[in-house]
Amino acid sequence: MTALTLQEICKSFDTAEGKVAVLKSVSLRLEMGQSLALTGESGSGKSTLLHIAAGLEHPDSGRVMVGADDMTAMGDSGRARLRRGQVGLIFQQFNLIPSLNVAANLGFQARLAGVHDAAFVTELAARLGLDALMRRYPEQLSGGQQQRVAIGRCLAARPALVLADEPTGNLDEATGDQVLDLMLRLTAEAGAALLLVTHSERLAARCDTRAHLRAGQIAAAQ
Amino acid sequence: MTRAALSALLSHWRGNPLQLVMLLAGLALATALWSGVQALNAEARSAYSTAEGLLSEGGAARLEHPSGQIDQAEFARLRRAGWQVSPVIEGRAALGTGRVTVLGIDPLSAEASVGAALAASDLEGFFNGLGFAHPQTLAEIGPTDQPLRATPAVPVGTVLVDLATAETLLGTGGHITRLNLSLAQPDGLQPLETLVPDLRLIAPEDGVELSGLTDSFHLNLTAFGLLAFAVGLFIVHSAVGLAFEQRRAMFRTLRALGLPLRSLTACLAGEMVLFALISGTVGLGIGYLLASALLPNVALTLRGLYGAPVPGSLQFDPLWALAGLGMTLAGTALAGAQALWRLWHMPILAPAQPRAWAHASGRTMRLQAGVALALACLAAVLALTGTGLVAGFTLLAATLLAAALAVPLVLAAVLAGAARISRTPVAQWFWADSRQNLPRLSLALMALMLALSANIGVGTMVASFRATFIDWLDLRLVAEVNVLPRSPSEAEALHAFLTPRADAILPMQRIDATLGGQPGQIYAMKDHSTFRDNWPLIDPVANVWDRLAAGEGVLVNEQLYRRAGLAPGTSMLELPNIGPLPVLGAYPDYGNPLAQAVVSLDRFAAAYPETPIRQFAIRTEDTPGLMAALQDDFGLPSVQITDQAQAKELSLTIFERTFLITRALNVLTLSVAALALFAALVTLSGMRLAQLAPLWALGLTTRHLAALELGRALALGLMTMVLALPVGLLLAQVLLSVINVQAFGWRLPMQVFPADWARLGLWASLAVLAAAAIPALRLWRRGAAQLLQVFAHER
Repeated sequence: MTALTLQEICKSFDTAEGKVAVLKSVSLRLEMGQSLALTGESGSGKSTLLHIAAGLEHPDSGRVMVGADDMTAMGDSGRARLRRGQVGLIFQQFNLIPSLNVAANLGFQARLAGVHDAAFVTELAARLGLDALMRRYPEQLSGGQQQRVAIGRCLAARPALVLADEPTGNLDEATGDQVLDLMLRLTAEAGAALLLVTHSERLAARCDTRAHLRAGQIAAAQ
Repeated sequence: MTRAALSALLSHWRGNPLQLVMLLAGLALATALWSGVQALNAEARSAYSTAEGLLSEGGAARLEHPSGQIDQAEFARLRRAGWQVSPVIEGRAALGTGRVTVLGIDPLSAEASVGAALAASDLEGFFNGLGFAHPQTLAEIGPTDQPLRATPAVPVGTVLVDLATAETLLGTGGHITRLNLSLAQPDGLQPLETLVPDLRLIAPEDGVELSGLTDSFHLNLTAFGLLAFAVGLFIVHSAVGLAFEQRRAMFRTLRALGLPLRSLTACLAGEMVLFALISGTVGLGIGYLLASALLPNVALTLRGLYGAPVPGSLQFDPLWALAGLGMTLAGTALAGAQALWRLWHMPILAPAQPRAWAHASGRTMRLQAGVALALACLAAVLALTGTGLVAGFTLLAATLLAAALAVPLVLAAVLAGAARISRTPVAQWFWADSRQNLPRLSLALMALMLALSANIGVGTMVASFRATFIDWLDLRLVAEVNVLPRSPSEAEALHAFLTPRADAILPMQRIDATLGGQPGQIYAMKDHSTFRDNWPLIDPVANVWDRLAAGEGVLVNEQLYRRAGLAPGTSMLELPNIGPLPVLGAYPDYGNPLAQAVVSLDRFAAAYPETPIRQFAIRTEDTPGLMAALQDDFGLPSVQITDQAQAKELSLTIFERTFLITRALNVLTLSVAALALFAALVTLSGMRLAQLAPLWALGLTTRHLAALELGRALALGLMTMVLALPVGLLLAQVLLSVINVQAFGWRLPMQVFPADWARLGLWASLAVLAAAAIPALRLWRRGAAQLLQVFAHER
């Protein structure tokens, strides 16, 4: 079953030098349980593609399907609903909610989507090594701990599609490896599809498949 | 080096123009409200000085007769004995289309006074009937038969003429109102007590001086100006503090590049001085316009309330402008001191990122709680032991500041409680996030608290006063018609004319006197059911009216009763020519700045014979018929007849005008507070994108987020309003039972007006929503693009 389909996605931005095409007819398909690493140079358009896949940004043309839902045909509310229920996002800067403690952050998206399962969140917290930190606030955590909370928040909502944008970019190599291990293992166990945006060949090698973006086009896929 | 550093520091404002506008607007508004009020006060005080300097260079004593009239023979006797005295005739007369105070002087004996100098400018013309009046007076009364020359040296509402002209205009029948004594008198003169035993020597300090009478009015204005200034400084403090946080990285870089701390601090101080000068100048302009707009009403109030001659147009005084700029600089220094202190103590490698204010504010909160508690204790001590107007205003200021400082603490507790009991994740986030952002909004909320509680306090005081005043007017103004005779002979003729036509004729006679050490007046009261049935009394003895009619005591007005600490039944009041009389009770006498005592008609006649009747209060069942008869049959001009409705209308107009400026300053203060909130919300909206972006990414729409932002501002505004309510009522209680008693001499019962609170709550909500609308709309409309930037900027 297909978790994400991107069909002929085009996107350009207005800049001081005129209109710049960032994505030129990009197509991708990601099956449930599969992990895909999207690599590319800085400015190659990989983050823009991830934002479009998450419904955060609208393509100029092309089609985005999350499961059987055509995201490009939806309005703002529809895309927000889809994100709540089916898409999990993990960012480089963690983007936890600073006013809520770890426990509230972990359960936030699941509660938002109406699929909160306290036992599952507790189990996730234990597997992520967060059970002793539940009453702490994000500013009281290390970078690695914060990213583990972000992964937990994403997976607690049981999304069909996990989109991760340089999730280890702000962590040292050892911590980054630990975090990626957890993310890959838990995503696979949940049967979710994972789209990982990274510029690290080493990390990309750990995913099932890879796609390389160059000058707004898929240059290679394996 | 300094120029490069200054240029780098100022570049911050190029990137944050709205923040700069708010900083300048806050300073300009604070300056405008403060300097506007000061301009009003200065103009009024200058007018009092003109009025008091018209006849004397200051310090001269005067001689008066209890009846208010001195015979020409007594003047002649004093002159023959060698006393240097100058006669004055003073009274009210109809002139043109209005009524003026006619002041007749003898320029030859009134040496070294402003009046004498004026007369000397055209002595022949002056003796031939030429008068002098303020240009505004001339405009108000229109063309007259009396030749008048315009000069700003004469107070508004007064016409300066020579003695003969004054006698003709006033019909005084050769009587003099008073004799001014020159400061320098020859040696070996016969004592005044033996030469003119009927005349009373009144020392200058016993006189009724306008500046003294109006002090409380001006203190009220100053207090409001200061409150508005303080609210404006909250904006400045907030903007300066925020700019400091945002430029932490720049400070670190500049210092790392070799800029000494001393130079950096000097640059920041120079930046503040520059802003203070720019916005101070703009504020002075706005303040001048504001004062010009308010002065006509203030002038009418002062004339109605105290008879103070204040012109309705404003003069520009460079000293006022300099003082205003000085105040702006001082205010800026106060508002920016904390930022400069923090910069001075900041290590060179301090974190470059703006600190989480909530995190850093724990210590600040504790300090704030300590200061609030100390101020509350000071207020409690002052409430229990303080006396005097300054103590009263200090009590008000301490209460207001303590309440304002407590606002963030109370709100933090309420928000934490709300977050704990919330069920949904969005509600939980909403309250927790509101609490986290509270330190950034707390200054604006404190300003809002000040403005709202001042509004509630002053509003309750004015409304309580109005309700009491209207009831009191109904009881006091029971006579259907009032008639003002122009002379004793006309009074006699009027009495004869009215006797067969009226149900009752109640003559009004009075003399000026010092009562309980205060300037005041003694009135005669005829024993009549009009007074017995209607006059409300405070603390009366048994059979008060019978005892008053029998001449066994005296009634005093509330001002004298409270200021002199009189206790009816046990206190005695010393009256000139009568001696000590028991105090029988007190009566409310709102709007009168003077002490007043009432004795029976017989007592008065025996002590002060020949006192002219100044007014007749007439009871009749046929008001229109009697008024028509007075005009048509007796030939009395209409300006000398007032009916009850006119008198009430006049009193209410004076009342409304008295509080018009208070209300205007109230609205302006609330507007400044709304501006402070707007400034804080706009600045916060830019900083909040990073906090809102994850929620948007997790599935909340920008519309939902915008609605939550609006809801947050409204919730905080309403909570502040709820907190302001008890503080405002406490202020009203202080105003009614402390400030009013000290300033005016009367105490009023507090009444509550929930509909007014609801109205204020609605206005405050609208102000808060207006302040939050632009950031919320911006988030809704351009939110997705801006929120996406947060993720794009992560790399």
